[in-house]
Amino acid sequence: MNYDCLIVGSGHGGVQAAISLRQHGFPGSIGLVSDDCDLPYERPPLSKDYLSGARPFERILIRPPEFWAARNIDLLLGNEAIALEAREKRILCANGTAFGYGHLIWAAGGRPRKMTCPGQELGGIHSVRSRGDVDGIMAELGNVQHVVVIGGGYIGLEAAAVLTKVGKRVVVLEAMDRVLARVAAEPLSRFYEKEHRDHGVDVRLGTGVESFVGHNGHLTGVRLTGGETLSADMAIVGIGILPCVEPLIAAGAAGSNGVDIDEHCRTSLADVFAIGDCARMVSGHGLRIESVQNASDQATAVAKTLCGRPVPYASVPWFWSNQYDLRLQTVGLSSGYDRTVVRGDPNERKFSVVYLREGVVIALDCVNAVKDYVEGRALVERGARIAADILADASITLKSLVSR
Amino acid sequence: MSTFTVITRAGQVVPVEGRNGVSVMEHIRDAGLDELLALCGGCCSCATCHVYVDDGMNGRLPALSIDEDELLDSSDHRREQSRLSCQIPFKPEFEGMIVTLAPED
Repeated sequence: MNYDCLIVGSGHGGVQAAISLRQHGFPGSIGLVSDDCDLPYERPPLSKDYLSGARPFERILIRPPEFWAARNIDLLLGNEAIALEAREKRILCANGTAFGYGHLIWAAGGRPRKMTCPGQELGGIHSVRSRGDVDGIMAELGNVQHVVVIGGGYIGLEAAAVLTKVGKRVVVLEAMDRVLARVAAEPLSRFYEKEHRDHGVDVRLGTGVESFVGHNGHLTGVRLTGGETLSADMAIVGIGILPCVEPLIAAGAAGSNGVDIDEHCRTSLADVFAIGDCARMVSGHGLRIESVQNASDQATAVAKTLCGRPVPYASVPWFWSNQYDLRLQTVGLSSGYDRTVVRGDPNERKFSVVYLREGVVIALDCVNAVKDYVEGRALVERGARIAADILADASITLKSLVSR
Repeated sequence: MSTFTVITRAGQVVPVEGRNGVSVMEHIRDAGLDELLALCGGCCSCATCHVYVDDGMNGRLPALSIDEDELLDSSDHRREQSRLSCQIPFKPEFEGMIVTLAPED
């Protein structure tokens, strides 16, 4: 089969690319290849409302089932793309199927990093990336009392919040000396550690896993680097993803941490674009960003390019995480900050962390502080320079600082 | 069966059959109106499902929460009738409601 535009990956990026292409009038054929067998669904609820049971699968579908045929988009589910033949312009799948393309949009995302320690093959050890992963967790949950979450990142913390709310005994293990160390500054880390502990989660920092212990092929405990063994009938591993780009790299595309893309999301291969979690934009911030906003906005940028209206991708990144009754919203990229300012009082569970680099506001993490999130965006967009003592004064609105 | 009307950015008028308890955002999305991004999936964390609801619904819609109010402030197109459509679960008494998609920010 040949498609004028072939998309690999049915996550937020791939799906938005298909939707945007049609929305902007792409006249050619569109095929959407995915190793997933389910109709495209939202990923963020997997560690929140889907896991808690608040939203069934039908409510997390990105579009209703009949949508795809109505838009003349071929869903090619259950096909894992394993090789790219750049000269022949086609991809090969694990099941032997091949799909040709005029343009290729690679949006394959990432696969969860797995533990490599002894016992990692035991039953009861889960990732949170696909619907199948979470269905596996939910199917076992009735028989589970003790959950060990490995990794104090957003996925792990969101899962911990849901599971402790349904009465499980939850331990979070973080190898670094604070949770969220990779993505946020210390005030935010300390706040979330306290929140989880106040909700009964046993948060252990600077703690690694030596091995998983099991009985009859199923997990019974997690042995820590210090020698202690925690009881566990379930482990949830949230230690990041590995970008799925091997076929592109093997075909000669540039990239080391994901695949490199330019400001139009083009890889170094002719007619091959890449977007979302698996792509690192070399121009500008030079980062590979794992978020719905990034995947979706890059998808729209590529769709516009393929419809003859190229615009360089330049969105201000934003992100959210819901845990308990806490709404965290992030705008900008904090990476490379040299100073942080806390606005408001974490003890009141409503505050923001403002990130500065050389005096310029580059990002905000806002907890139950939507106003700061909304108004802080303008500061980030303008690259505002604001004195730290003024930023720290929560009685001064950020809006009033925009024109300074 | 209660119905309401959605007006797209291009002015297209689309009748939608209401489902009790399902958000207006989900109705618009499921009707295949792709202009509405609704990126956060309906958890009131972004403002990409911004709509205008006709004045006839005054007093019938759920009250604006502080979070929704503040998120709407992020739009350059905020008006008196502005709402985030994910925050309005449909009820049969919304029969005849007219929802207009706000311009893209």
